[in-house]
Order: sequence, then C-alpha cells, then structure tokens
Amino acid sequence: MEKTVSLPPQSGAVRPTWLDRMRDSDLWYSFRSHPSAIFSAVLLLLVAFTAALAPLITPQNPYDLAALELWNSEIPPVWEEGGQWPYLLGTDTQGRDILSAVLYGSRISLIIGFASVLLALAVGLSLGLVAGYFGGWIDNVIMRVGDVLLSMPFILIAILITAIATASLPMGLKDVLAAPILIFAIAVPSWVQYARTVRASAMVETKKEYVQAARLIRVKSWRVMLHHILPNCLTPILVAATLNFGLAILSEATLSFLGVGMPPDQPSLGTLIRIGNQYLFSGLWWIVVFPSIQLCLIVLSVNMIGDWLRDALNPKLR
Amino acid sequence: MIAFLLKRTANAVFVMLAVALLAFVIFRFFGDPVEMMVNEQASLQDRIELRERLGLNDGFVTQYTRFVTNAVQGDFGVSYRNQQDVMVLIKERFPATFELVLVATVISLVVGIPAGVITAVYRDSRLADMLQLGSIIGVSLPSFVVGILLILAFSVSLGWLPAFGRGETVDIGWWSTGLLTPSGRAALVLPAVSLSTFQVTLVMRLVRAEMLETLRADYIKFARARGVPTRRVQWRHALRNCLMPVITLTGMQIGNLIAFALVTETVFQWPGMGMLFIQAVTFVDLPVMAAYLLIVSFIFVALNTLVDITYAWVDPRLRDDSARGNG
Amino acid sequence: MKIKNVMLASAAIAALAGTVQAENVLKWGANRDIGSLDPYSFGDSFTINVLNHVYEGLVRYSRDLKIEPALAESWEILDDQITWRFKLREGVTFHNGNPFTAEDVVASLTRVSDETSPLKGNLPAYVSSSVVDEYTVDITLNGTYPLLLNDLTNIHIFDKEWMTENDALMPTDAGAGTEGYATYNANGTGPFIVESRQPDAKTVFVVNPDWWDEPQHNLDKIELTPVNSAATRVAALLSGEISFTNDAPVQDLPRLTAAPNVKVLEGVDLRTVMIGFPFRDTLTNGEPNPFKEKAAREALYKAIDLDLIQQKVMRGKSRTAGATIAPPIPGYVEALDTVPGYDAEASKALLAEAGVPEGMEFEFNCLSDGLVNEEQFCQAIASMWSRIGLSPKLDVAPRAVQSPKRTNGKTDVYTLGWATLPLLDSYSPLLQIFHSKTGNAGVFNWGGWSYPELDALIDAAGQELDLEARLALQTEALQMVKDETIMIPLHQQPMAWAVTEEVTEMPLFPDAKPRLWFAKMGGGS
Repeated sequence: MEKTVSLPPQSGAVRPTWLDRMRDSDLWYSFRSHPSAIFSAVLLLLVAFTAALAPLITPQNPYDLAALELWNSEIPPVWEEGGQWPYLLGTDTQGRDILSAVLYGSRISLIIGFASVLLALAVGLSLGLVAGYFGGWIDNVIMRVGDVLLSMPFILIAILITAIATASLPMGLKDVLAAPILIFAIAVPSWVQYARTVRASAMVETKKEYVQAARLIRVKSWRVMLHHILPNCLTPILVAATLNFGLAILSEATLSFLGVGMPPDQPSLGTLIRIGNQYLFSGLWWIVVFPSIQLCLIVLSVNMIGDWLRDALNPKLR
Repeated sequence: MIAFLLKRTANAVFVMLAVALLAFVIFRFFGDPVEMMVNEQASLQDRIELRERLGLNDGFVTQYTRFVTNAVQGDFGVSYRNQQDVMVLIKERFPATFELVLVATVISLVVGIPAGVITAVYRDSRLADMLQLGSIIGVSLPSFVVGILLILAFSVSLGWLPAFGRGETVDIGWWSTGLLTPSGRAALVLPAVSLSTFQVTLVMRLVRAEMLETLRADYIKFARARGVPTRRVQWRHALRNCLMPVITLTGMQIGNLIAFALVTETVFQWPGMGMLFIQAVTFVDLPVMAAYLLIVSFIFVALNTLVDITYAWVDPRLRDDSARGNG
Repeated sequence: MKIKNVMLASAAIAALAGTVQAENVLKWGANRDIGSLDPYSFGDSFTINVLNHVYEGLVRYSRDLKIEPALAESWEILDDQITWRFKLREGVTFHNGNPFTAEDVVASLTRVSDETSPLKGNLPAYVSSSVVDEYTVDITLNGTYPLLLNDLTNIHIFDKEWMTENDALMPTDAGAGTEGYATYNANGTGPFIVESRQPDAKTVFVVNPDWWDEPQHNLDKIELTPVNSAATRVAALLSGEISFTNDAPVQDLPRLTAAPNVKVLEGVDLRTVMIGFPFRDTLTNGEPNPFKEKAAREALYKAIDLDLIQQKVMRGKSRTAGATIAPPIPGYVEALDTVPGYDAEASKALLAEAGVPEGMEFEFNCLSDGLVNEEQFCQAIASMWSRIGLSPKLDVAPRAVQSPKRTNGKTDVYTLGWATLPLLDSYSPLLQIFHSKTGNAGVFNWGGWSYPELDALIDAAGQELDLEARLALQTEALQMVKDETIMIPLHQQPMAWAVTEEVTEMPLFPDAKPRLWFAKMGGGS
C-alpha cells in the first residue's frame, strides 16, 4: 500500500527545513557574529568532551568506593600549601579527587539534563500531536492532565516524585535508578509546554483541506501531518528545549542540593555542593567552590546559546 | 462573560480536585507515619493499634473521601510530628513566606523594569550589554549558590546582615511581621535578594521584549514624528503598554516563588512554609505535606484563574479559550 | 520623700541597665527543634532533655551525675521489696502557682504509664502508685528492680489540677486526631517557664523566680532556635546571632577555637557507636545471609581501620572503643575494651572461611541526621569493605525513613548509637539491644539474634538488688556479646559545644544533656 499522499500544492517543490535554513547561513552568520554564542558553544563542547572522556582522563574513578583512600582526604588544590599530585583540585573528606568528581558529576548533570529534555520532548510531541489530531475526549484528557501538572509548581512536583521514589524503592534498585528517577521527575512537569505548542499547530493544520480529504478517503495522514506540523513549531520548540536543558540541569542540582537527588556515593554537581556546604567554614573551600563554578559555567553557556538561538530565530528581532 | 467566568471557575475546581487526588495517592504510599509517632520502646502491639487508630488500614476510597472532605473544610488533621493542628502551623508560617515573596517581588519589579527598559531603549550600549549579561548570569546561577555566596560575603566576611532566621517579629493579630523591627528588616534582605535573582531577570527580559515590540508600533512612531520627546515616549507611552504583561507575569509567578522559596528558606533557615515542608518531608509528616501541596497549588490556580478572568474582562476576544497561546 | 528618691534612682539604674543589657539572654542554636512541649508525647531524648528545664522529676542527676533528691526529698523500699515510698518536698509550686502534692505525682505516673503513652517503656517495672498523705507517695513495681531511681530522673511531674482543667490527664493522642493542651502549653516546677513557642522557629523560656532550689545560674531568658545546617550554625555563632550551641560541627572546631569571641567545649560523649548485623536466614536481596557465621562478622570487624576513622573522619576527637559501653558506665571493665586491630589479609581469609562469595552485595543502613559525622564514617567504612572484595550498598537517609526499615528487619548491616540513657548503666544496652526480642526486652535487637545464655544472664541482672553482683552479671554478659561479635563497637563519639564570650560558665556533661540551670553569663557589665 502506497503510503505517501500527494503533497498539497502550497508547500511546493522546495520545502525549506531548518537545516536548509541553517545552511542558508543566516543562522550560521548570526552565530559567527556573536562572540558570546561562540564562547558558550566552545565551553559547552569542552565540558561535554571532558565529561564524556572522564573515565579516561581522570586520575580516579570517584564512584568506585574501593578506589577512595581515606588517607588522602582533604588535600588542598596543588597550588595551595599541602597540595599534591595528581589531585589537581584537591580531595574531599573521603579522599575523592575533586577534579574527577567534578567531571563525573558534570557527566551526570549533562546526561540527566539532556535525557529529561529528550523524554519531555518525546512525550510532549506525541501527546500534543495526538491531542491536536484526534481532538475530542482524548484531547480533553491530555490537556486536563497538563493543566493539573501546570497547576503545581515545577520544583514541588520534582521534589515529590524523587522523594517518594527514593523512599519506596528497595536499596539495590535505588543506586541504579537514582538518575532515571531524576530524569523522570524533571520530565514530568515539563512535557506540557511542548504538547501545547504542537497541539496548537496541529489543530490549525488539521482544519486544512488535505487532512480533511485524507481522512475522508481513509488514508493515514500521519506522515503528511508530521511534515507540516513539526517544521512549523520547530523554532519555538528548539528554543524552549535549549532553555529547558539549562533549567533541567539547575533542577537536578537543586534536588541534589536539597538531598533528594543523586546519592553521595555517585555525586552529581549538586550533591558535591551540598556536601561541600557543610565544610564552608572548615577551610575546605575547594569542595564547594569547584563544583559550583562548573555548574554555573554549564548552565550559563547553555542559556547563552538558548538566548542567542531565540534572538537569531526570531524574525522580528533581526 | 458570565459563562466564561463559570467555565474558568469550574475548570479551577476540577484541577484542584485532581491535585487533591494526586496528593492523597502520593501521601498514602509514602513512608510509615506509625514509626515516626511511636516511642522507640513501643511494642509491635502498640504499633498495630496505632495503625488501626490512625485509620491507615481502611480502604483506599474511604481514606480518600475522608481526606477530601476534611481538606475542603480546611482541616488537614494533626501534624504527626508537632501534634498540632496543621492549619495552625501553616497559618503561623504563612506570614514569613508571604513577606519574603512580597519583598522579592518588589525587588524584582524595582530592579527588573528599569533594567528591561534600558536594555531595550539603549539596545547597543555597553550598559545594556552588561545588563543583558547580568540577566543571563542571573538565570544561570542556582539560587542555593547565590544564597551561600551572600551568606559568605555579607554575614561571615562583612558581618553586616544576619545569616539566618527572621530577627524580631511583631504580632498584629495572628499575623507576625518582621517588617516593623530593624532586625526583622535586616534579616529579610539576603533571603529576599537571593529569591528575587531569577524573578528580576524574568521581569527584565519580558520588559525588554515588550518594549522592543512596542517601540516598533506605529503609534510610537507617530508620536515621535509628532515631536513628543523621545524619552517621554519611551518611559511613559511605551512602558505603560508593557505593564499589563508584567503584572500578569508577576501574578502568575507568585505561586512559583512561594514554591521556590523552599530552597531559599532551607539555605537561610527562614521559618516559613517551605522549611515546614522540607522538614515534613524529612519526618514523613504526611498531613503537613498534603496541606502544603494543596495550599500552594490553590494559590497558584487561584491566581492563574484570576489573571485569565481579568484578561478576558479587559479583552473580550480572549474569551474563546482555544485562541489563548501560552501565557 | 526618701522613698521617692530611691525609686527614682532605681528607675534610673534600670533604665541605664536597659540600654546596656537588660538581661542575660542565652540564645541557643540547636541542630533541631524539640518535638513538643509535652515530654510524654514524644519518645525523644532531646525533647525530654530540653523540657527538663521546665519540668522536673522526683529525683535528678547532680552536677557530677549522681542521683540526688529533687521533687522527692527521701525514699525507702518497704518490706515487701516491691513498693517504694517517696517523701515529697514541701512548699514547691508549679509555674501557675498551684502547690505540688502527692496527687500530682500519682496523676503524672498514671499519665506516663497509660496504655497510649509513647513513654511507658521508660518505666518498665511500674505497676501502680498511691497517695499515702499529702506529701508521701507509694510506687509499686512488678518485682525487685534496681534501677527505678534512674528511670525516675526522666519522668517529669505535671500539675494534676492543670491537667484536669485542660483535659490533659491522658497522653496526647495524635492518632485520635486530638491536639493535646500540653503539647503547646507547659506548667512544670522547673527553673524556667515557657514564655512562647513557634515549632521549628523559636521557643522562649524565662527564669522561674519562685523556683524551690537555689539557682546556680544567672540566666533571665533562653531562646531556643533550631538551626539545622551545620554551616549556618557556625556562621550564626561567629556573628553572635546565637550564644550557645550543643552541636558544634567537629570539622569547624579549629575555626571556632581560633575565633576570638567563641569558646569551644569539648568532651567525649557516653554514646557508643556500633555496627549491627542481621541474623536472619537471608539478606534483603534474598541471598543467603553469611553474617550468621561469626567468621563473617569478624571479617568485617577486622576490615575496618578504626585508627584511620578516628584520625580522619572524627578528627582525633573520638575515643576508639572495643567495648559496647563507655568506660564510666557501671559494668565496664578494661578487659572488654580491646580492639582486634585492622588486618585486611586476615579479613579476606575469614571471608573465605565463612564461604562469603566475592563481591557479595548487602545493604549498609546509615542515618543522615543521626550520629556525629555518621554519613562520613559510613562512607569510609563502606569503602574499606569494598577493598576486601565486598559490595556494600550504602543507604543514607533521615531517621524518619530508616527507622521503619530497621525495626522491621528490612535492612542488613546498620549503625546504632547507644548512650545508656537515662539509666547510665550497662543494663540498658543489655536489655534493649542484646536481649532476644521478648516483651519489653530486645526492642533494639534489629538483627534478630537470640542467645539463651545471654538472656539468662541479663534476666538475672534485672532481678539482682546487690550492685556488685549485678554488675558482675552484666560484665559477663557484655563479654559474651564481645566474644560473639554481635555488634562492632567503633568509638565513643565526640561531643562539642560552643559558646560566645558572653557565656562564662557552661558545664559539659558526658551524657550530652545541656543543663542550663548551671550556666552563667557575664552580661550586665
């Protein structure tokens, strides 16, 4: 059965996707002329690269309990008195190398941020499309669930989900599932935004003749829909997703700081800051300072890119 | 208009019922209150009896119905931990959170609006660039890091402002205010600044976007063409046009600020509702957690509904629900 | 004319004093709040300790921790050996002005031993009490019992009339959805009166001018504020926002000691920190439990480098322990206090002997709000066990989450701190931890072990009125506990208090209980 349906005439032969537009170099030009965007992109790549290669380049696996040596705890950074190699940024109270912990922690933060945005996107886009396409009670149910989620503050939902999950899971699973739980907790309140955008776009599209016609002749118009709807809302979704990526990393850090996120034996940046905060006055400043700097740099560069993207893709501001 | 009003209200009620269901489901399966209430020396028999008395062995529907009926009447039961009426506890804590959120909101407007106007009007100036950079740093700094930094700088190093608590408070009826004493005001500064960083940047960005849009509008161009002084056009006419969205944003963000205050309150040991909630989580104080979730959601929903209704009242076109984009 | 002058002068002095420092206010920053104003509604030592400033018992611990008369002036055991007769102090009044009489004692004992009272276990041998005359009370026990006085130090006396007026004769019952009047009102006989209370925010106590005893303190007011975060507590102390904390973080002691306006008071707590084992057939993950074998327990013991933990985690402030009780506790003998010593190789050999599979997983349950630096020493021990080829799963969470798991046997290896309070006697851990779980005994026997010989020794000690004989029995029982490695003793944890310079006297007690009726401040000058 032939699945493709003849395209409506207005879309024409040339269908500029955002990739085309990018190659079209407007965006590329804008990127090159924004030093802050370049700087952020380089920084983010560097962070992602070092985080991805963390097992290869760090002197220690901070998640391997047997690798921690209590004798080597609380060593200051190498440039301070008492500092020693290979502990470039010093060690924490368990003998965990801070540089290794920061890189592994960044990896966790980036993975959780990225995965939660992906999950929210996948759920949001599909539910939005379903709601917009089918309408009726399905639409009603999905959007009502969205309303309910949006009527509770983001951070509250995330805290409740992680707190409940950690309290009710058996120990063996808790370690393994700490990151997935966080991904889920952050994705749950954030899919609604995407769903609403796509739904609005889908509803406009559904009213168009070709879809109506396709429905009449009982042809599955899914693919056509996708081709039309997604490009229409890609710009706002891309911008939202980028900014949400930064927000997700911040949320993960906040939850871990509050003690309902990553456990202390697999510390993320937020967990490291929480642990370090206890030693704020003990002279062990490096435990809290380096993870904080790294966290701020990551979120800052993501937000800079998101901001630039929004301005660059907004025709009114060109 | 009346139909719209009814529809919005019904919607809000539905949402609240759903939140209540969610709250109930969540809290019924979280932790074991019995273990928190009994003495370490209580026997197994004591525990079983207590469980029975608390009604924790009843069926799901029975427990849920009891929960909703009581909640509607403002009865959230007795705190497992403090053994005090939850509503009384929340009432005691509400003023602290409210004053914190209020002052943070005022800071966000007082700082955010001028900053937004400046970045829009003097788009390419160095000052605007600095403010823009500041705003992006503002959204990127985690609020607990800001709090820790403020404490380090202003409490520990300089010793200017207190690091925790509310200072002295004055009771006006049941409302305890820290705004009337010097130590109360001093204690408010750091938490409010820390809580407002995110909000300042939100307001600033919104004002900037709205201003940029308005400044392109025809009537502004006409006004300029007619010879109205530029500054007057910018600060009076254009700005006035941006205020409605700013007020909307502020109204809708208050719920979020109340929720986010729990992070600030944790860092500064601010005796508000957020700290009550975090402590309730630690101690599995189910009634307090349920009450907090419901009350914050209620404020959130009520404000959003109010904003929607106001909007529809101002602009009849918006009464068609489906035409509303994302707020 | 003369009188008027005097009045004027004193008014002027008062005004002057008011501008300098009106009164001695001790601002106490604790690491947590008290649970209630009702000492009977919450089985929690900190709450009871704080409320001891407001309420008093028939007897109390003196400054050198000897039992001395308080609301009772004297006592004797009657001929039947199970009835104790207490002669009460006359002329004592409650904070509301009511006189203290025998009726109050009986009503209080009835309340604390009620079926619904969470504290009834603190008076295990109590049967009934009766009024003999206005100032004499008889207490009947279920048998000969040597430790009634120790129990009574912690049983606070309420005013019967006040309880009757406010419908508080029975313990507060949160389960029945009732608020207890006594939960947020207090009326004791103690040196301080509750002025106001906001849970988790601030509780204010003012001095009781009509206290029956000669005050050894000069405080006018105590403001108790919970400051959960250790770092904030330190900041508040450095900036003078609080003047006393009973929980100065060990890692911040150098900084606090160096600060010119802060004085650090250090000591070793009586609390012995231990690690307990499961004795059930399987672990929580369903695998066979090797810890039923003594060799496996010894292997874990030998794998812990106690010196390293003492130096690094506890910063040299703890006392490494070989016995399950601290030296000052009756029943302690030096022979109990030996440590096998760190030996990873021997440990691996023992594991092989016990047939423990390589990389065996088990849960290690610790509290995030429990003992001093608990999270850190648990992590350190987990890493030491990893190094002998095991895979401990560290489970750190607040007490609220962990308690149910521990009491229901839903965890494997766990930590436990035991200070023998309020008995201050080795009978306390023997009865509550090491005895098998029967009746009121073995409540903290979370591992579920049962040694009939050990039980027999403990039961015999519980009936023995002769001190020497009783302690001998208890020492023998403790030796058996040690030989079987039922638990691993780690250390007596450090205790660190800190005060600002305005506080001139603050005696530190090995039971870690602040007794502010001995505190002095140098204010007013």
